Amino acid sequence: MTQKNRLSGGQIDQNETHSFKFDGKTYQGQKGDTLASALLANGVRLMGRSFKYHRPRGVLTAGSEEPNALVELRSGAHQEPNTRATTAELFDGLVAKSQNRLGSLRFDAMAINDRFSNFLTAGFYYKTFMWPKAFWEKVYEPIIRKAAGLGSLSLLDDPDVYDKGFLHCDLLIIGAGPAGLSAALIAGRSGAQVILADEDFRMGGRLNSETIEIGDTSGADWADAAMAELSALTNVRIMPRTTIIGAFDHGIYGAVERVSDHLATPETGKPRQILWRIYSKHTVLAAGAIERPIAFENNDRPGIMLASAMRTYANRFAVTADQRVAIFTNNDDGHRTAADLHAKGVKIAAVIDVRADAPSSMDYEVLHGQVVDTKGRLGLTFAEVKLANGTTRTLDVGALGVSGGWNPNVHMTCHQRGRPVWNETLAAFVPGGELPPGMIVAGAANGDLSTHGALHGGAQAAKAALGLEGRLPKLPKAEDAPVNITPFWYVQGASRAWLDQQNDVTVKDVKLSHQEGFRSVEHLKRYTTLGMATDQGKTSNMGGLAIMAELAGKTIPEVGTTIFRPPYTPTAIGVLAGRHTGQDFHPKRLTPSHKWAEERGAVFVEVGNWLRAQWFPIEGETHWRESVDREVLAVRKSVGVCDVTTLGKIDVQGTDAAEFLNKVYCNGFAKLAVGKTRYGLMLREDGMAMDDGTAGRLADDHFVVTTTTANALPVYRHMEFVRQCLAPDMDVQMISTTEAWAQYAVAGPNARELLKQIVDVEISNDAFPFMACANITICGGLRARLFRISFSGELAFEIAVPTAYGDALMRKIMDAGAEFDVTPYGTEALGVMRIEKGHAAGNELNGTTTAANLGMGRMVSGLKDSIGKVLSQREGLNAEGDLRQVGIKPVDPNDPVPAGGHLMNADGPVDAAHDQGYATSACYSPNLGHAIAIGFLKNGSDRMGERMRLVSPLTGVDVDVEIVSAHFIDPDGERLRA
Amino acid sequence: MHNLTTLTALGDTKPRVDTFPHITITENDGVALASVAARVGKEAACQKVLKKLLGAVPETGRAVLHDPEAGFCMGPDQWMLGAPKATHEMIAVQLKDLFGDNASVTEQSGAWVCFDLRGTAMEDMSERLCNIPIRQMVAGDARRTVIHQLGCFAIRRTDVDHLRIFGPRASAQTLHHALLTAAHSTA
Repeated sequence: MTQKNRLSGGQIDQNETHSFKFDGKTYQGQKGDTLASALLANGVRLMGRSFKYHRPRGVLTAGSEEPNALVELRSGAHQEPNTRATTAELFDGLVAKSQNRLGSLRFDAMAINDRFSNFLTAGFYYKTFMWPKAFWEKVYEPIIRKAAGLGSLSLLDDPDVYDKGFLHCDLLIIGAGPAGLSAALIAGRSGAQVILADEDFRMGGRLNSETIEIGDTSGADWADAAMAELSALTNVRIMPRTTIIGAFDHGIYGAVERVSDHLATPETGKPRQILWRIYSKHTVLAAGAIERPIAFENNDRPGIMLASAMRTYANRFAVTADQRVAIFTNNDDGHRTAADLHAKGVKIAAVIDVRADAPSSMDYEVLHGQVVDTKGRLGLTFAEVKLANGTTRTLDVGALGVSGGWNPNVHMTCHQRGRPVWNETLAAFVPGGELPPGMIVAGAANGDLSTHGALHGGAQAAKAALGLEGRLPKLPKAEDAPVNITPFWYVQGASRAWLDQQNDVTVKDVKLSHQEGFRSVEHLKRYTTLGMATDQGKTSNMGGLAIMAELAGKTIPEVGTTIFRPPYTPTAIGVLAGRHTGQDFHPKRLTPSHKWAEERGAVFVEVGNWLRAQWFPIEGETHWRESVDREVLAVRKSVGVCDVTTLGKIDVQGTDAAEFLNKVYCNGFAKLAVGKTRYGLMLREDGMAMDDGTAGRLADDHFVVTTTTANALPVYRHMEFVRQCLAPDMDVQMISTTEAWAQYAVAGPNARELLKQIVDVEISNDAFPFMACANITICGGLRARLFRISFSGELAFEIAVPTAYGDALMRKIMDAGAEFDVTPYGTEALGVMRIEKGHAAGNELNGTTTAANLGMGRMVSGLKDSIGKVLSQREGLNAEGDLRQVGIKPVDPNDPVPAGGHLMNADGPVDAAHDQGYATSACYSPNLGHAIAIGFLKNGSDRMGERMRLVSPLTGVDVDVEIVSAHFIDPDGERLRA
Repeated sequence: MHNLTTLTALGDTKPRVDTFPHITITENDGVALASVAARVGKEAACQKVLKKLLGAVPETGRAVLHDPEAGFCMGPDQWMLGAPKATHEMIAVQLKDLFGDNASVTEQSGAWVCFDLRGTAMEDMSERLCNIPIRQMVAGDARRTVIHQLGCFAIRRTDVDHLRIFGPRASAQTLHHALLTAAHSTA
């Protein structure tokens, strides 16, 4: 197929043709095209449908500010909606389709909305769909959502991968136009670490779009030469296809680099995009300026675009939207487009200028007047012009370039609440007020709209940012034309003149908003949706502000702007997530015997990123309860081994170590003998229980503190806070050793007999009694630690070795225990045994319970001060009849006693007002042959033997239970002291 | 002598080596580690021992790459000292003998996994992995950083293409996966 609107020249490769599909039809484009330029080359002006009225739309711009030409790019799971055709780099095999239509793009059934536009004005749904009230969520909103909107999601998982990364530099230059390149040359030559980023795939900015010269060469060639010099500098990192999306605190900028979006098939392992966090000492913002349109009747037909975009398509992409073109302008810049297109052989029907003193031309007609209407169902065919003398002319054109002046791109200057200031000469906002620290604005972004101004501003900015001495090198000669503009925002009398083409907001909508009392610019935005969605009003906001100012009798700066917020352009959620998805969402922590546990078919559970063996099924077991019951019975009968490496371990040393622990634990530690371990309860500052564990004293100045698995980090953080902030004078040093030691609990009546075969020391009850601890050796010399502590309630030891030996020790324990049928047990069996024993764990230490609630009130020592002690004595926490930990068993042994159920008096009402307590942990006890639970009950200590109801109205549970001691097994502790 | 054998952090009997044209990722199982924290009031005495041992006291953000013992700063008056495991299996005991009551010494050999990144893509990989100014860092610069949500230390070694990373041993597989991913990504 011929590219009927392809011109000669340009910066595309006329010899390399790419084939692509749009709405199922195959077209040809050239290497260096965007999807938009390639479609225009093929005579395709209609590229989308508008948001609300489904009006036919084509490209308005040639950049990332595009409101109209949004497409769904790629297919299947790779499909991405709302992709701007103006920035989508063409590649061979590209597949795109138009969006927001019912039927084909040419015959969109939803275009019926346009017929009812009088009823669908701004805020219509707020007024229309008010009754019946219940219909809003169930009927109206779903219908509106379906009818309106932009692209659609594939609803499939995103198969692409994304990276994150971090860069550091002396100077970040945002934008590689004339100002950015000029800054980069100065900075690069100085040896500073420089990053030059531009969202385009071709560096050069407007230089690629213009025919102006720099020195004796074209602007585009000058940009190529500058890039060649910069590429040779190792201190300059050049980042094309990279959008700086936000200016954040402390000189940090977010940047999205599109690594693979321009490739038909991304390279294996390579990300689609990278989110860079750039740490820069200084920044030169050289983001250029964006041309703004003029609003007039039916100014949204395909073929009507910004004059600067028309110039970009002609000069850079060698494309014209049509062979018959007119220009509508209020400033000199619009005339450039006419001159460039004329030079390319495109017929210029006329330039329509609102100014009486507009420049004239020998090559085409310049009319003093305004475009008042257009025609053409799916694309522009005629433009109607009202001349200053009152007569009208109808121009037979297929494309109309519109130039309403330029808005410096101040977006990034405002990301930290800065506000731009008004410049009368430009009739535009320019950077002002407080810029992000370290930022200097240069070139068109700073209101210097000439090429010379950009080159000089960029160079000066780099020099100032880096504090370079001496004079700037002589800059090449470039045009320095002043800005000649007569502010002109919209044609009077127009009713359907489009301000925001992405959100279908017209001049009339702004007037209606004002009429209905929405006078703040922020309210205008929310009521009309002006400036929302993917383009964030880059081409529309100024028009809206100007009309608001006119209606309110204010100046534009008095009306002000809305707040500019990151991201600068739409950013895929995937790139914000980076690699942290699916299995990689968070790290895994594996214990030293993980491999061994896998070999035995362990079923794992995640606990604070740890993967812990939950149970170890053996052949013939089909239900987890079979495995867990077997493991529990085996431990109580003979001996079992459990990996407890995951428990937090904190090494506490120093001459004040004992005093320090005395402070963080509510019970006493100062007098704990060397070689002894003590159970400790830690309170929060507000007196509530925080965590429990043990502390073993290995030497006068050396303790090993253990915490629960889940609280290892919070407890360490708490202790560091105490050490650094509350007790800075204490001689205490701490470090986590959780991962330094592999630790195993060996529990059961035969635990000692088993361990005798491993340890090198005497561990009889006399030599190593309950709560003893020691540094020992095992297996003939390996350093180890031994603790005689028990969570299961059995005779138990915990033995620790350096992590690298953990796997070997576990295998050794299994070998040595073979004669005792040693059984590995997991967290489920551990949980059953601790409930049988009545030991509190995370369910009981739930942040709402006190030491008294847990039955440990007497542990809060009155002989010393400790964190949480004073507030634990609050009256409200020590009232008569407070909750106490109790055991709960079913009256009928076949009944369950589920955790979460609430305790109610047997003969009282079942409601929140009569709540007596609740069950926190529950299990089936294979030793007792029925379910058991522990929980909290008002005045629980005095209600032993009482019959109650355990209820859960939400799940239909209502069980008769009996309140018993929480110590179901060995209440006197004879087993663990054996 | 005991007869228990060790596993590496990645769970094998031999350290893992992954070789790409642009980078080699080596699990370094041969480093013994111990933390040294000065006792309150004994800071000067502690530093004196450190200086004698390493030749210099590692300053904030720096490592002293002494042979056989090396060390880097972990925080105020806190250092991590390393040495070849083959000769310093009992590094904590050896250091405690040297420092006495001037410092608290804690064995850390089992707490960390060590990976050495060597190759032309070391800096590119580092930028994908963690927030350190790798291109401005010189030999001996050490940074506490985060890689894939894991608290790590990164030390730029003497060879210009060599970065050593210490990460939490229990998450060695996660860290290794992150390194491999970055290697593929920068290939």
